[in-house]
Parts: sequence; structure tokens; C-alpha cells
Amino acid sequence: MFDVERWQEIFETIGKNKLRTFLTGLSVASGIFILVILLGFSTGIQKGVKTQFAQDAESRVNVWTGVTTKEYAGLNPGRRIQMHNSDYENVNTKFGEALEHKTGLYNIWGGQVNYGNESGNYRIEGANYGQQFIENATLSAGRFLTQKDEDEGVKVAIIGQKVKNDLFKAEDAIGETIKISGINFLVAGVFTDPGGEREESRIFIPLSTAQRVFNAGDKLRSMAFTVKMSENFDEAVALSAAVSQGIEDEIKSRYQISPDDRSAVRVNYNLEEAQKIYSLIDTIRMVFWFVGIGTIIAGVVGVSNIMLIIVKERTKEIGVRKALGALPSSIIGMILQESIFITAIAGFLGLFLGVGLLELIGPQIDSDFIKFPQVDFTTAISTVIILIVAGALAGYIPARRAANIRPIEALRDE
Amino acid sequence: MIEIKGLHKSYQMGSNSLHVLKGIDFSVKEGELVSIMGSSGSGKSTLLNILGMLDEADEGDYTLDNVPIKNLNEKIAAQYRNKFLGFIFQSFNLINYKNALDNVSMPLYYQGMKRAERTDRAMHYLEKVGLAQWATHLPSEMSGGQKQRVAIARALASDPKVLLADEPTGALDTKTSYEVMDLIQGINDEGKTILIVTHEPDIAEMTKRIVNLKDGRIIDDTLVNQVKAINHV
Repeated sequence: MFDVERWQEIFETIGKNKLRTFLTGLSVASGIFILVILLGFSTGIQKGVKTQFAQDAESRVNVWTGVTTKEYAGLNPGRRIQMHNSDYENVNTKFGEALEHKTGLYNIWGGQVNYGNESGNYRIEGANYGQQFIENATLSAGRFLTQKDEDEGVKVAIIGQKVKNDLFKAEDAIGETIKISGINFLVAGVFTDPGGEREESRIFIPLSTAQRVFNAGDKLRSMAFTVKMSENFDEAVALSAAVSQGIEDEIKSRYQISPDDRSAVRVNYNLEEAQKIYSLIDTIRMVFWFVGIGTIIAGVVGVSNIMLIIVKERTKEIGVRKALGALPSSIIGMILQESIFITAIAGFLGLFLGVGLLELIGPQIDSDFIKFPQVDFTTAISTVIILIVAGALAGYIPARRAANIRPIEALRDE
Repeated sequence: MIEIKGLHKSYQMGSNSLHVLKGIDFSVKEGELVSIMGSSGSGKSTLLNILGMLDEADEGDYTLDNVPIKNLNEKIAAQYRNKFLGFIFQSFNLINYKNALDNVSMPLYYQGMKRAERTDRAMHYLEKVGLAQWATHLPSEMSGGQKQRVAIARALASDPKVLLADEPTGALDTKTSYEVMDLIQGINDEGKTILIVTHEPDIAEMTKRIVNLKDGRIIDDTLVNQVKAINHV
């Protein structure tokens, strides 16, 4: 391997066939290049989708009610099911063990909000402090809702970044008073949400306050929870599924709803969606690997072909070497080393070009589903290993053929 | 040095079997300079290939320097060739992208000798054939006679027991042929055993013993009075 003479020979043969070696190298380089770009983009897609999910907690479970569509226990279809605080308490008692964060929700779409001369329509959500974690919201100023706000029905509002920007511009919002549907609220906090502007054009107020202010009594529009995450993703999905089913059954039995009525109570959990998307991403990744490896194979076949021609051309020389006492292993080593060398150099070139391009344009790509494509260290290492193996494979058949050259035939004078 | 008994060799040519060597008994003592003569198809090249371990006999015994040459696998054959034999070919068979010095050091490289030592020894043999100042030249920059002398230096480099030369003057003009034969005679005078396959009578006359082959059998084996090549140069 570190034999000067052998390296000299490799450079000799490459030097004699510059164009041919270049073209072969090009096919390997473009193979690796394409593989790296594809893998970079699959990472980008993964990141993009992860961000999409990050707008809410991954293990979120939502509970809504609607109108019954099936007759059950002597009751006609078309009943509107309305949840109350007692349902929330009930779910809490029954499933509290498995739940991490929880909140009952009462929201108003398009509540009129004023501050000084500025005004806007925003979604007002009555919630309690668990909402922060369920929504994956981060406070950029002030505080979030507390249990005390809930217990005392205080008129405080936690406003989204978008609301703050609209109403307050560059001013500080904390401690200011805004009017929601004409009622004064004290701004106690400002939050940001990975979901972006749509999620940030909301205002959170204590649930008890919302129910009082909007004359809702103890009615709930919906409930939201997060399930305690376990280390194992599949276990977490299973737990989410079990809890969701449990909550659904519970509410159906309380309101005498047919077990197969899909419209009256809807419980969905993010993890199920997440699992679907993640398995989709895995599939995409596999397809990308498949395509990339296919391209590399094409390149490797090219190298192998060239090496066969080289062996053919050097038949006489190899015969002489064997007559002079070259062992078959040294002939195999010579051809293999040349093949690995060509593949490796060309491959690294493709790798660097691919990584370079991703580094250059990657940070500028930030759409909903592809975000910052790049290759990680592990991927780079795997491609390098693929290269070495590919080079060895490409050289193997020609090397075997070279080793099998019989000196007597090679030396025969034509 | 060389002992051969009852050597047979045949080749399969499609459905026909061509019996090339039909029982050769032959021995060479150390320090001999033997020429093997015969028309084409007489089996002289086959005999040389078997002696050179490039081919194997179907039948018969071959002993080289008291080592029985039998059932060789590729690896052992390569090691024996490197240790016992030096080859000189009609068409020189130098490696054309290596300079004279590197060509000569090739057998030493396959012996696993260190670079400095190999260069040293190769240079010594280049001097011996009178081409020291051509050490860094490529074969393409040399004349036929010079190339053959480089090939002789290469054959000598590993200090083999026997030199095998297959028509060493076949590609050279008469004057150059005699120069090369002079070199070969000189090497023989130092004690090296040499076998030459040739079909040129004047070259055969310059050896010490002529073996005549015809249709796979030795028909004549005589010691001759060696003609010194130097007198004809």
C-alpha cells in the first residue's frame, strides 16, 4: 500500500490514459455527487416536516365534539354534543396517569381586539397554563397563564408575536391594557410558536375568564392533552392510541353516543400523523439511497470495464512480471490498488462538490417541506466506505483476470 | 544442475492431441553453456518453457539444483522462478514505461529487497553489461542490442542458478548478435549455467554444447569447440 514503486506505476498508467481515466472518474464522481445531494435533500425534507410538527407538541391529543349522526339508545341522530368542565375533570381523573399537560379550551374565532388606535381580529383561546406546552409556545416576554389566573378568573392576556407586532409595533406590550370584545385585559406575556404567523395571531386568556366573559358557563369547545412520552417511539404511539381511544369511549358513554358514530366525538393524536410522515420520510430516504447507489453502481461498472481493458493491454507486462517472480497476490494488489485509487479520488471529488453545493445553497432553502438540506458526518462517512468497497469490487474481477494470466501465453511472440 | 528424465508433453488442439515432447532425457552440469537447436515445431520452445516453470510436463521428472520441480502452484512457481531462473527473451520484454535501472531491479523488488539495496545491485549489473550511463533511459530510447543487454542485466540481477535464453539474438542484426553472445560467453566464463534456444547455427557454434531436437526427441547431443564471439565483432 505504501510502496513508492507501486504508486509510481499507478500514476504511470493513469498518466498514459488521462482522458479514459477522467471519463471513468467522472461517472463515479457524479454518482457520489448525486447520492450526496439526494441524501442532503432527504435530510432537508425530514427537517422541514419536523418543523411542521413542532408547531404543536408531538404527543398532543385533541378532543372535539360535534353532532351525532347515528341513532343510539332510543335517542335520535342530530343531537349536538356539548362538553363541560365536568368532562375535563372526568378525563383527568381517569387518564391523569398517562397525561402530562392538559387544558380545557373555549375559543372565539375572530375576536375584536383594540389597543389605542390599532385594532385587529384574532382568535381568542380560553385555556389554562398547560396550553403553553401543548402548543409548543415559547415566551418572548412576560409570563404565561398560571393556575392562580385560572382560579381567580383574572383578566390577563398572553398575546402572540404577530398580535404584538400588529398592535404595539416596536413598543413594549407587557403591562399595557388591550380591549378584547370591549373588555379590558392586561397583557402579561408575549409568545412565539414554531408554527409561524398563523399560530402567533392568537391570544390566550384564562379558561374561567373566557367562559365568564363570553357567557359560556362551564361549556368547553374542546380539550387538549399531551401524552407522557416514553423513550421508545412505538410505545409512545401505542400509549397515545390507547389514551385517545379511552377518552373517546368515555365521552361516548357519558353522552350515550353510538360507539361507531365518527362525527359526535373526534379524538385525534399527532403521534399517529407523525408516525405516518416519519415512515414516509424513511421510505423517501430509502428510495434516495437506492437511486444514489444505482448511480454509483453504474460508475463502478465503468471503472471495472476500464480496469479490464488496462489488464488486457498490460497482459504482456504482467506475464513478464510473473516470469520474473511476481506472486499472484502482488498482481491482484496492483490492480486493486489502482481501481480503489481511481474510485476514491473521483468519489471524494464528487463528495466535496456535493457537500460544497449543499453548504452553499442549503441555508437558502427554507420552504414548508424542505428546510436547510445538508449531509451529516455519518452520511459522509458511509459514502466514503461505499466508495472504498465500490473500488475494491470494481477492481476485483479485472485483478482476478490479471492474476490468471499465464506467462507462457503472455510472452508468446506474435 | 538440471536433470530431466522421460519428459512428455502434449497439447490438446481441439479434438486432436499434439504430442510435442516424446520422452526427453537430458542433463546439464553447472557452468555449461548449452544451445538447444531444432526447426520450428521441434519442441525446443516447449522444453524451455518447462525448464522455466512457465509450463508443466505431463510426465517425467525434472530436478533443478537438487530440488524436484513438481506439482507447483502459482505461488511456489513464482518463488522458484525468482530464485532459480533468469529469463532472456527474443523480444526483450522490458517494461516500456520504466527506465533501465528500474527494469533491472524488478526481480529484486519481487524478492522484497529494500529500495536502496536494489538500486545498488541493479546499478552493479548495468555496469557489468556496460550500460551504466544509460540507467535513467527508457527502453524506447535504446537500440535493440542495448535493450537485450538490459534484459540480460535483469536476468542476472537476482543471481539465479540458470539463465534461460529464448532466441536471444533473434531480433538483432549479426554484429549486435555477436556482441550479445560475447556478453553471454563472458557471463558463462564466470561460472553461470546458461541454456540458449536458437535456430541459427553460427550462434549455436558459440556455445559449448549443442543439443538437436527433432519431432520431440533429442537426435543429437554433442560437445563442440566454442567459437569466441569477440573474434567476429
